[in-house]
Amino acid sequence: MRGTGPGGSSWPDPALAYAPGVSSASAIRLRGAVKTFGRIRAVDGLDLDVPAGTCVGLLGPNGAGKSTTIKLLTAQAIADEGELSILSYRLPGESKLARAAMGVVPQLDNLDTTLTVEQNLRVFTHLYRVPAKDRDAAIARALEVANLKERADAKVTELSGGMRRRLLVARALVHRPQVVLLDEPTVGLDPQIRQELWALIDRLRTEGTSILMSTHYIEEAERLADTVVVMAEGKAVDSGPPRELVAKHAGREAVEVYGPPARLAEVELAARAAGVPTRRTGTSVSLLRAEDAPEGVIPAEGIRRSAALEDVFVMLTGEEIE
Amino acid sequence: MRTKRLEWAALSGVLVRESINFRSYWRSATFSATVEPTVYLLAFGFGFGALVNEVGGLEYIEFVGTGSVATAVLFSAAFGAMYGSFIKREFQRTYDAILSTPVDTEELVTAEVLWMGVRAGLYGCVPILVAMLFGLDPSFGMLLIPFIGMIAGVGWASFGTAISASADSIENFSYVQSAVLTPLFLTAGTFFPLDALPRGIEIAANFNPLYHCVQLVRDVTFDIDPAADLLHLGALVLFAAVCWRLAVRQTERKLVV
Repeated sequence: MRGTGPGGSSWPDPALAYAPGVSSASAIRLRGAVKTFGRIRAVDGLDLDVPAGTCVGLLGPNGAGKSTTIKLLTAQAIADEGELSILSYRLPGESKLARAAMGVVPQLDNLDTTLTVEQNLRVFTHLYRVPAKDRDAAIARALEVANLKERADAKVTELSGGMRRRLLVARALVHRPQVVLLDEPTVGLDPQIRQELWALIDRLRTEGTSILMSTHYIEEAERLADTVVVMAEGKAVDSGPPRELVAKHAGREAVEVYGPPARLAEVELAARAAGVPTRRTGTSVSLLRAEDAPEGVIPAEGIRRSAALEDVFVMLTGEEIE
Repeated sequence: MRTKRLEWAALSGVLVRESINFRSYWRSATFSATVEPTVYLLAFGFGFGALVNEVGGLEYIEFVGTGSVATAVLFSAAFGAMYGSFIKREFQRTYDAILSTPVDTEELVTAEVLWMGVRAGLYGCVPILVAMLFGLDPSFGMLLIPFIGMIAGVGWASFGTAISASADSIENFSYVQSAVLTPLFLTAGTFFPLDALPRGIEIAANFNPLYHCVQLVRDVTFDIDPAADLLHLGALVLFAAVCWRLAVRQTERKLVV
């Protein structure tokens, strides 16, 4: 049996070499996962599914438990309660098998900086147990995917921030994993570099890799995720395709009202009295589900716009956008 | 379904990483591992050697040359492991990267201490080579020295790794250096025979792994004493085994929450 990887190639999937015939509809599955640190419940009864071949975005504010969830999946944190599995390998007992079939792109750059691009990839072909005869091809392919062919012999310290990020992704793909974890893949990057990375992740997604991506960037989740799981205080508050989440929580239209604080308070009060959900956005107030609002509640000076995932995020997590 | 503990594929992956990295820093590592014991050897060899002709039936350069092997191993393995593993764990986050691949903490630590131990064992031979330039005669027994150095090296690398994984900051290492390593280093019989010291310290030396390394290296070089040397070897193996388990346990506590 061959890997289900890109293009149905003949690459022997390491996970399958370990356990022939393993297949699963859910690439990642969590039920009631709990992880506490002292009195803090970082992950607090989390249910999460990543259907095979889809990209799930774990969207939440800082401190929502996203990074801990990623750590649970690499078994660098052990859950106190709950059932966790990746490609039907149960964690933490079978974590090593899961890790063989998975690539992880960390939030913090942990490349070997004194090595070249090629050497970084070569080390990981060994760590991921790519057979000796396939190593060169695996490295060449990873270089191609990350568009780093010309920089193969450059030391990591000579690379730009964007290239280093792309190398981190390439390193996680060197063994053609079925599942990829991306922990805040574009945090702290320039908009242009972010676009580059999005293109790379989008390509992975269209090739059928199962992806779990944690992010606190709304746009990132909206652009890349088939399903968004909104996370707050260690739990999944809601999940679904971005459009459905928007329709469900924020309706079709929102009206943005700008004005002095007193005016905003007045608009807010009137809207709430009429049962129209609102949210503050710094200098304005947004009235949501404007299409259902009773006559006279929507002020004439309001600016109509489409409801967005951002509205959902704020409503569900109670957090403002940074 | 479970995977084996200590899979060779996992160990070799970590060893390959170290060996590829070694190409970028072997000059500086080899320089310091060579120069430091050589300076000690020359300073004591010429300094004391002028005052003392013979110690315990050996010429002083023979005495201190063989004794310095243990020191060289200690410097290379313990310091390399303390600082190296701290940097890889906390600053470069290399260990996070490795643990996201099919390598467990036990395999990571084992491969790391093997790498550092074997390297230290080889660096430990430098004082012997230097002493040969100054009159130490070669012997067949000397061929065992790298292996003795490797066992002691795995022990000290494990010791350093365990300390590193128990420390919250890199500054804490100076306590270990002043309170543990320096006293052990000075009472190992490297530079003077321990029978010159109070009886209590002489007895305490039996709990000093450096002392066993010093004695074993001297004995295989000049005159093997099977019963005593088996005990020395046993002490080194026991030291290495205990420190290895401690290193694994402490590192797991740090890296897996």
